[in-house]
Amino acid sequence: MEALTYSSAELMIVNASRLLKDGDVVFVGVGQPNLACNLAKRTHAPNLVMIYEAGVIGAEPARLPLSIGDPTLVSGALSVVSMYDIFANYLQRGNVDVGFLGGAQIDRFGNINATFIGNDYTHPNVRLPGSGGAQEIAAWANRCYIMTPHQKRRFPEKVDFMTAAGYLNGTDGRARAGLRGKGPVAVVTDIGVLEPDTTGELVLTALHPGKTPDEAVNNTGWTLKVAAQLRTTDEITGNELMILRDELDPSGIYLKGG
Amino acid sequence: MTKLIPLSAAIAQNVHDGDTVYAAGFTHLIPFAAGHEIIRQKKRDLVLARATPDLIYDQLVAAGCARKVIFSYMGNPGVGSLRIVRTEIEAGRLEWEEFSHFGMISRLQAGAAGLPFMPMNQTGATDLEHANPCIQRVTDPFSGREVIVVPPLNPDVAIVHVQRADVQGNAHLWGIIGEQKEVAFASKRVILTAEEIVDEAVIRSDPNRTLIPGFIVSAVCHVPGAAHPSYAQGYYDRDNDFYLKWDKLSDSAEAVKGFLDEWVYGVMDRSEYWQKLGQDVRDRLKVSPRPSTVVDYGEY
Repeated sequence: MEALTYSSAELMIVNASRLLKDGDVVFVGVGQPNLACNLAKRTHAPNLVMIYEAGVIGAEPARLPLSIGDPTLVSGALSVVSMYDIFANYLQRGNVDVGFLGGAQIDRFGNINATFIGNDYTHPNVRLPGSGGAQEIAAWANRCYIMTPHQKRRFPEKVDFMTAAGYLNGTDGRARAGLRGKGPVAVVTDIGVLEPDTTGELVLTALHPGKTPDEAVNNTGWTLKVAAQLRTTDEITGNELMILRDELDPSGIYLKGG
Repeated sequence: MTKLIPLSAAIAQNVHDGDTVYAAGFTHLIPFAAGHEIIRQKKRDLVLARATPDLIYDQLVAAGCARKVIFSYMGNPGVGSLRIVRTEIEAGRLEWEEFSHFGMISRLQAGAAGLPFMPMNQTGATDLEHANPCIQRVTDPFSGREVIVVPPLNPDVAIVHVQRADVQGNAHLWGIIGEQKEVAFASKRVILTAEEIVDEAVIRSDPNRTLIPGFIVSAVCHVPGAAHPSYAQGYYDRDNDFYLKWDKLSDSAEAVKGFLDEWVYGVMDRSEYWQKLGQDVRDRLKVSPRPSTVVDYGEY
């Protein structure tokens, strides 16, 4: 059988999708997380409840939404509430199982920077969009997943600005800050998967087929530890690729890159 | 008493140089027509508040209307960077004040409810708290734990686009309802633009859908198509092509000037803009009906 070929983005999306459990209530982000969630719902997690930051609960989008406020999310949804309600009653109260996050920088303890690059907030070298809902999702979702291409500049030892909390300074950082959620339990990259060890430090726990530990280590800005029991992620299936390419993103807006 | 006036008059009467303006709508029902009218009337030194500045504030900033932006996500939703606001901030030409989404919306909720502040749980991400003096902590007198508090946001003027309203400003909106209600109650003045002006009886037929009561509204304007390139649920689709196009266009100051000349200064009002969009675009944005099942309030 001929081996399947796929993009880095497809590799990350499929692997993120597999982390979702049937019945999870998931706070869906736009772009790749949206594809991961919709893929999970069409494969192993038909009872996934998709919540969008714009206030839509139980969305069943008929087409790929470009933004998290797309009208296709509303038509046929279970409920639509105000932004205050979605953040207060759903997220802050603890009614969300999974949040997806991304950012320009993710550090050793899974903290995220989506605010600016540089060393002075008031004079940013590169100004990024900022938190949006990331600060709250990272703090209050029961568990979070991060999707990002595996590049040294995206994985610094320490973020320039902490937009959203991972494990803060490690170990009991989240507990001391009074955060309810478990934090970023997995970072899915195009090389493998990083997960926190008992101190909250992200370590390499899985590689995608054909990838090497050296690739991961060399593309990480801190001295990346490799777990003793290094797993290999399952091969991507033709069915997963077909759903992504034919049904979810036929124009390849999010599948081609990353 | 009717509050129905042309949009140009509503902007002239309610938006003044230096005002804090909140053009409401999370992706949905963004009042672009009012934004363009503000540009045409050459308002200056505005403080532009919006959770997501979106293209409407990129355009207002490009046109020189703004002194400052207050936001919680400064991007082109689903596309990437909001180039003009970003460039002006990086160049030090535009002041900004920033919150998380929940912080921003909590400010509006405090403003809407007449409260001195709004509490929220801690998030652990304290860098923004250190950068922004409007994010503080107080001790919860009941548990002894610290909570985050933000002050009320009370804009001088709110601009809210809705699907339908009566001439007094009683407004129905549905679909994504973002922060419209909170903004309307928080603001000193409220300009309403509506896809349709309907009889009061239509409003009274479905009172649960009335998010904004007329007595807090200053002006009502009948402006079909006012949200383009944003959308109005059930009326027309979001023009995603335009959002993608803006990403390229806004990279060039000349192209932005060309856009403003042609699509803002070059048209008299939204009706001319809507015609100018052309049949192809209007057809592309058409939506098929998907009505809700009618609810029965009962006769008592």
